[in-house]
Amino acid sequence: MSQPFYVAPEQMMKDRADFARKGIARGRALAAVRYTDGIVIIAENASETLRKVSEIYDRIAFAGVGKYNEFDQLRVAGVRAADLKGFQYSRDDVDARSLANSYAQMLGTIFTHEMKPMEVEILVAEVGLEPAGDQMFHILYDGTVVDERDYAAIGGDAEAINSRLSETWSDGLDLHAAIALGRSALGGPDREIADDDLEVADLARTNGRRCFHRLTRADIAG
Amino acid sequence: MPLFSTSDDPGSSFPELLRRVGLGPDAMVGASTDLMRELSLPHATTCVALTYVDGVVMAGDRRATAGNLISHRTMEKVVEADRHSGVAIAGAAGAAMEMIRLFQLQLEHYEKVEGTALSLEGKANQLSMMVRGNLQAAMMGMVVVPIFGGYDLRRECGRLWDYDATGGRYEERDYVATGSGSLHAGTVIKVGYRGDMGRDDAVNLAARALWEAADADSATGGPDALRGIYPVVATIDAGGWSRLDDGDLAARYDTIVAEVRSR
Repeated sequence: MSQPFYVAPEQMMKDRADFARKGIARGRALAAVRYTDGIVIIAENASETLRKVSEIYDRIAFAGVGKYNEFDQLRVAGVRAADLKGFQYSRDDVDARSLANSYAQMLGTIFTHEMKPMEVEILVAEVGLEPAGDQMFHILYDGTVVDERDYAAIGGDAEAINSRLSETWSDGLDLHAAIALGRSALGGPDREIADDDLEVADLARTNGRRCFHRLTRADIAG
Repeated sequence: MPLFSTSDDPGSSFPELLRRVGLGPDAMVGASTDLMRELSLPHATTCVALTYVDGVVMAGDRRATAGNLISHRTMEKVVEADRHSGVAIAGAAGAAMEMIRLFQLQLEHYEKVEGTALSLEGKANQLSMMVRGNLQAAMMGMVVVPIFGGYDLRRECGRLWDYDATGGRYEERDYVATGSGSLHAGTVIKVGYRGDMGRDDAVNLAARALWEAADADSATGGPDALRGIYPVVATIDAGGWSRLDDGDLAARYDTIVAEVRSR
């Protein structure tokens, strides 16, 4: 009878993390930037139908990078969790922090227990009634949660994008300035991302109950 | 966080999701017709809707009655279902409000999960299923009969549906009235309706219909100038749902009052 080889837990975790990171690095990154009226999420996405950024609830948006079917599954789970909570309690009780924690639990469990980890990184953003209430949570493939304040980048090249954002971000940006900032941070110094390759959506305090709003290509250009 | 296997997935249906997680509607075990009558539950009354050139107008009075008493003066029976549709409900108020809440949630849930909104006919169908789901309660006297109206973005026109207690769904071309005052309200609209009416005329006609219903039916509330309570009147066109504010309605009712006085 064959014995399975012994693999040290450290090695196993490292292999899984490398696997997930490789998968994520294959796709394009996205950035979220806080501006005066809320948060705008800018993604590099050539497809106009397979979205990376979408609405979860009144004040909450979801963005994912990596394997589409995997983050889409997480998106739908988030919509369901949020709608159920809002139905059971009240719309005011649905918040990004508890949603981010649920995602973290789920991704953490999958990372350690399943055959393969999810090759995704996700961002859960919530716009507050006041600018001070804006929140962003960056959740990694292994369930690590990082909370971000003014800007966030997720995806393969996140570190470089983050450092570009930290150099250029300032308080009091308007929507177009925030989009331009995110776009140049995503592209880097040597590359300009074409209008057709951008997917932009914002969560604005001024949009009424459902704050999420998708910007069309005409909106982005103008 | 709810996760389902592919074979067990509730898809984009919110009521189905509720059932999967054990939050589905409770069967009314032990309830009987007599018991329901004794409880004297609030009932919502008159609603009307009519089409005009750019869309539909929906209107409802604000009164809910329990037996011969007024139980609420400010009930809102005409509500926005989503951006391009609205629902007006007459019947047992508790069941009706819960149905509206679930219907609104279902439209939003579908839109978020699927990434696109349901077609207007799809929405009308969904409501039909919900009314049918209420059949057991309807047989005990808790009948809920909604009107559904909205702007069809594909056909670029306003459309209306009314329902019966079994979920039967009937598309109406011009106008529809439901609830205890529907006979009077419906007659006013029938007499005054013109196919080429604009928004303003359609709103006036709906306001007038509710006035006449309140005049003849004790369960229908008229405009209450003393408390500043006016019917809910809303229009839905290509730009979406828009509810008329009370100031506007107060002016329209002043005109009606002046006209009635001068008869």
